[in-house]
Amino acid sequence: MTTMLGLYNYWIVIFLMMTGFYVVIAQGNLVKKVIGLNLFQISVFLLYLTMGKVDGGTTPIQPDKSFFSGDPGNPIYSHPLPSVLILTAIVVGVATTALALALIVRIHEAYGTIEEDEILVQDRES
Amino acid sequence: MTEPIATRLIVILLLALLGWTEVTIARMRQLWAAVMLTGIFSFLGAGWMLILDAPDVAFTEAAVGAGIATFLMLATLGLTTREAKSPTAFKPLPLVVVIATGIVLVYGTLDMPHYGDRQAHIHTYPEPSYITKSNAEIQLPNIVTAILASYRGYDTLGETTVILTAGVGVILLLRNERRKPRDGVDPTAESTT
Repeated sequence: MTTMLGLYNYWIVIFLMMTGFYVVIAQGNLVKKVIGLNLFQISVFLLYLTMGKVDGGTTPIQPDKSFFSGDPGNPIYSHPLPSVLILTAIVVGVATTALALALIVRIHEAYGTIEEDEILVQDRES
Repeated sequence: MTEPIATRLIVILLLALLGWTEVTIARMRQLWAAVMLTGIFSFLGAGWMLILDAPDVAFTEAAVGAGIATFLMLATLGLTTREAKSPTAFKPLPLVVVIATGIVLVYGTLDMPHYGDRQAHIHTYPEPSYITKSNAEIQLPNIVTAILASYRGYDTLGETTVILTAGVGVILLLRNERRKPRDGVDPTAESTT
């Protein structure tokens, strides 16, 4: 039971990841595949961030002592490193999404369709 | 688990909505609606990120993930088609692959530290040095910013290189030489990121 409570967040994130993965490999529409890739990506971000969370922790920001009216005590901070890595990953993810979508636009101009099976049929005919 | 009950209920609600949104997207044929739901998924994810003490990531996800990515996908739909074809037949192989991968991943989590565990390796090394030293070394209150811009500055430089490369790639793919431009739509509009 403690295992369940301690790990359920990973399992839900894995469910989210696998649903995104399913959209990528099972759908024939190219835009749908990019959507699936995006969902997968966001789920991976969540997986990283859940590892950085610490019990009773707070945001890793340390204001000046004069910012507090009373004594701030000795706060516990959640891990800052996953946040840093994921900030980089979000921006890189959008860059790759833009490139994939540009490729889809070109494919649509060349083939007149963005369905994978129809593209394959045209390729075999030519 | 020292989180208040209200926070835990909000987390459970957010996770349920995330799962529901994603399953709906997977079953959806209308691409327009699927793209909008992807934006909602991003926002829900950003909400959970805020609870996970990562406000910087939540802001970026809401602005870049839910904003720019949704905009780019809608622009693509405007240039291509709005509806996905109905599937011809249900194929079991992708489902089998996905379930097998999921089982392997769940097996992998059994060794992982529990949610919020203070004794987890990730919280004992090297993190305390970032928190104790960054204020003196970088003089920035936000530790995430201090790491991003200073300790891992080369990483961020590489990130901007990736964005530049992707932007150049998008411009090269969509520039309208040899083609007549579409009415009212600038094919290079997507390169502005």
